[in-house]
Amino acid sequence: MIGEPLVRREDLRLLRGLGQYVDDIDLPGVAHLAVVRSPHPHARILAIRTEEANRMPGVLGVYTAADIEPINGRWPVHLPHKGLRAAVERILPTDKTRYVGEAVAFVVAESRYLAEDACAQVEVEYEPLPGAGTWQIALNLGEAIHEGNPDNVAAHVTQTTGDVEAALRSAPHVLHETYRIRRGGGHSMEGRATAARYDASLDTYVVWDATQTPHGARRFLATCYGIPEERFRVIAPPDVGGGFGPKGQRYPEEMAVPWLSKQLGRPVKFIEDRYEHFLTSCMEHPQEHVVDVAFDDDGVLLGLKDVFVSDMGAYGTSLIVPTIAGCTVPGPYRIPNLHIEFTAVFTNKVPQSAVRGAGRPQGVYVMDRTIDRIADYLGLDPAEVRFRNLIQADQFPYPVGLTFRDGSPLTYDSGDFPELLQKGLDLIDYPAQRKLQAERRAAGAYRGIGISVGLEGVGLGPFEGATVRLETTGRATVVLGAPPQGQGFQTTYAQICAEFLGLDVDQIDVVTGDTSLIPYGTGTFASRVMANAGPALATAASEVKTKLLESAASLLEAAPEDLEVSEGQVRVRGMQQGVSLAEVAQASNVGRPGMSMAKDMVPGLTASAYFNPERAGYSSSVQVCVVEVDPETGEVEIVDWAVGHDCGRIVNPLLVEGQVLGGIAHGLSNALYEEALYADDGTPLTVSYLDYPIPSAREMPWIKLYNQETPSPLNPLGVKGAGEAGTLGVPAVIAAAVEDALRPFGIQIRDCPLSPGFIGDLVDEARTRAAADDDRGPDDQGS
Amino acid sequence: MNPVVVVTLEVNGTRQQVEIEPRTLLADVLREKFSAKGTHLGCEHGVCGACTVLLDGEPVRSCLTLAAQAAGHRVETVESLAEPDGSLNELQGAFQKHHGLQCGFCTPGILMSLTALFRTTQHPSEDQIREFIQGHICRCTGYQQMIEAALDVSEHAGSAR
Repeated sequence: MIGEPLVRREDLRLLRGLGQYVDDIDLPGVAHLAVVRSPHPHARILAIRTEEANRMPGVLGVYTAADIEPINGRWPVHLPHKGLRAAVERILPTDKTRYVGEAVAFVVAESRYLAEDACAQVEVEYEPLPGAGTWQIALNLGEAIHEGNPDNVAAHVTQTTGDVEAALRSAPHVLHETYRIRRGGGHSMEGRATAARYDASLDTYVVWDATQTPHGARRFLATCYGIPEERFRVIAPPDVGGGFGPKGQRYPEEMAVPWLSKQLGRPVKFIEDRYEHFLTSCMEHPQEHVVDVAFDDDGVLLGLKDVFVSDMGAYGTSLIVPTIAGCTVPGPYRIPNLHIEFTAVFTNKVPQSAVRGAGRPQGVYVMDRTIDRIADYLGLDPAEVRFRNLIQADQFPYPVGLTFRDGSPLTYDSGDFPELLQKGLDLIDYPAQRKLQAERRAAGAYRGIGISVGLEGVGLGPFEGATVRLETTGRATVVLGAPPQGQGFQTTYAQICAEFLGLDVDQIDVVTGDTSLIPYGTGTFASRVMANAGPALATAASEVKTKLLESAASLLEAAPEDLEVSEGQVRVRGMQQGVSLAEVAQASNVGRPGMSMAKDMVPGLTASAYFNPERAGYSSSVQVCVVEVDPETGEVEIVDWAVGHDCGRIVNPLLVEGQVLGGIAHGLSNALYEEALYADDGTPLTVSYLDYPIPSAREMPWIKLYNQETPSPLNPLGVKGAGEAGTLGVPAVIAAAVEDALRPFGIQIRDCPLSPGFIGDLVDEARTRAAADDDRGPDDQGS
Repeated sequence: MNPVVVVTLEVNGTRQQVEIEPRTLLADVLREKFSAKGTHLGCEHGVCGACTVLLDGEPVRSCLTLAAQAAGHRVETVESLAEPDGSLNELQGAFQKHHGLQCGFCTPGILMSLTALFRTTQHPSEDQIREFIQGHICRCTGYQQMIEAALDVSEHAGSAR
């Protein structure tokens, strides 16, 4: 079962329009939440007048911070860090707003139309304050975005191994570079969504939440409301329309909806629209990396120092993104001396969260661009410089000398980077591509080839759990804490259960993301679920199988070790007749009330298991991309593209391929298209798909995929993670290919994304430079 | 209360009279009054294509169409695609076979656009398919597997499978 490209069972409902996303769940009497949002990036709230709005047709209630006071305490810090000067964040701010779109008041009405009508009638009096749209402005704003933090620095963190300064002093060659990398938003096609119904008979809030982390939502709700977690049943529905990171965060509407439901005595829901997604769903903000790299005459790395700044947005209650970015920089290379240092800065923009890749694309970009720079400097082929520095297949476990975002030593578990790179070069026929490039150049085309090798920390802890039950029908149920957002958990986890329980996949149901069905869970992010929930499920399913065989042995008066599970039966190996799974389950799970069980029968064919990995594993990926650039329009045409990945043992190759391809598209969007622009004061400028393009089927080229499987030693299944592998190297490989294409202009690329306008500007500047050089003539050079 | 209008819509062969505010979007009426919740709203400004339905056979954005504008026209949604016994039709089956969808939120709109394409062009090329669905955003798949699905249908169209 494991390793088979099974088609997905969830497709049967999704393809017929029968999926049940939060907005589709039938909640009779549901009321609709709309939000009054700040039009200012930074402003003191002086007064809020709600009387007019309250009188509007269909309005059920208007709520300001004062009205929700019982649940409006300070939010817990998402991931505390000793270096983090955490911001005070609440459902509704009580003092001032810190980004455009920040919730200021809630309106609940009979329809979303009427709720939005009423929002327009809520009068908020603001005193605008200076705002910061960039970290540079924030550092000199002269206005504290958060009380008691006048310089707007959220954190300053340094990690080192070896002695970089000595390496930089003594190395034969040192290069100094600055890279500016932007990413963007999650843009799941379904926006954020939360519905809730307070059940008075149980004194329980039932919450349907399009979240990646239902257990985290429950914990957070309990903290805000000051009541035990058990009073909440949070369900991340099986159908969530994409997540990509931002849906792993906590949001004001999500926290308020259950409480509003109790106040109004009827279900309430909030469905984010796209405009709100642009304004208020977390995204990854710009980073600027300043790199000093030391290397010898052969291009062998001796040391690297990366000092960078990470824009945190207005709140940002963790250092996940910059920490991962910094830890991703060393990548697959041997670097004896490292210094990674970052400053995180508050700005007046939507808070930062991880977006598919979570800082890794920035880290890969920094390292790949630096390797390319070394290759240029020494006149070596970029592939050759990579081969000279790659960690070898016999060097695992490989300690990097840093501490990863999971708090454990950054130690690579397994891989074969040289082979993965060589396979990619072979697949695309690298020598032939170089020849073709020369021919195309001679014909006047600007063709370039880029290479990227990236590593991705995956399978992060702390744990994930699974429960397996053999039901009295003879079917099995798998319960997972982590919810899917399109990854196909109902299929892949049925495969794993089938493998260890011995049932057919079709006899297994998979239930996910319901806090009432499994007490603890961490959630779906960081390409972590397979490496956590997979081994947990394998253990639980094996345990149920042992119980099943013991009970069946009792019924059949045989020894458990002589039995097998086959065709819905347990039977003595080699015999035709056995006892059905339903019969065994009936005997074990129900028995006969009041009667003693037969000898050796096991009561209850169920088991729960949790798996906590010792540390993160590392998936690897290689990208080789050929582009042609039109210097007149700045358009990048992708000619050929090979992507290889190693996510350890593969459970379902069809679905892993989908994960990688989707990741690549997200990466290409980051590399060439998406750009969240803000005015200097923090006013967002790109708030619709008309000025924030995401590639369609026409922009995506055909990708040649290949894979490698080096099992992870960190879990018994040998699995890693595949969710972000495709994304990591794309900005780097596209930048490399575009730079190579524009080599005749002598253009160097240090930025991301590469919009047509940006490329056009680079070409113009290069032409102006060349013209000036011509004017000066050879005699003036060096003067 | 705001003024209301009464319009008669034909959705997937069923005619029904609905009482709505004039500003009501077709998408909202399909979802709320016809329980056709397979039509999803992804951007509400006509770019992402998730809400695409067929109006007299032509793909339209139901987020940019007022329900009142659809009066007297034939509306087809994703709920109309499956075979009478509920099994997947050829296009839907190809999407499943090739893993042409992940979260599934954008999929109904894409299926409707491709349905319109296949009605007029039995064997569309890869370029034609890409061109025809360029008005859809899918954040999950990178499109490659859905193109494979559509090409599979294109290759086998008109032949018994």
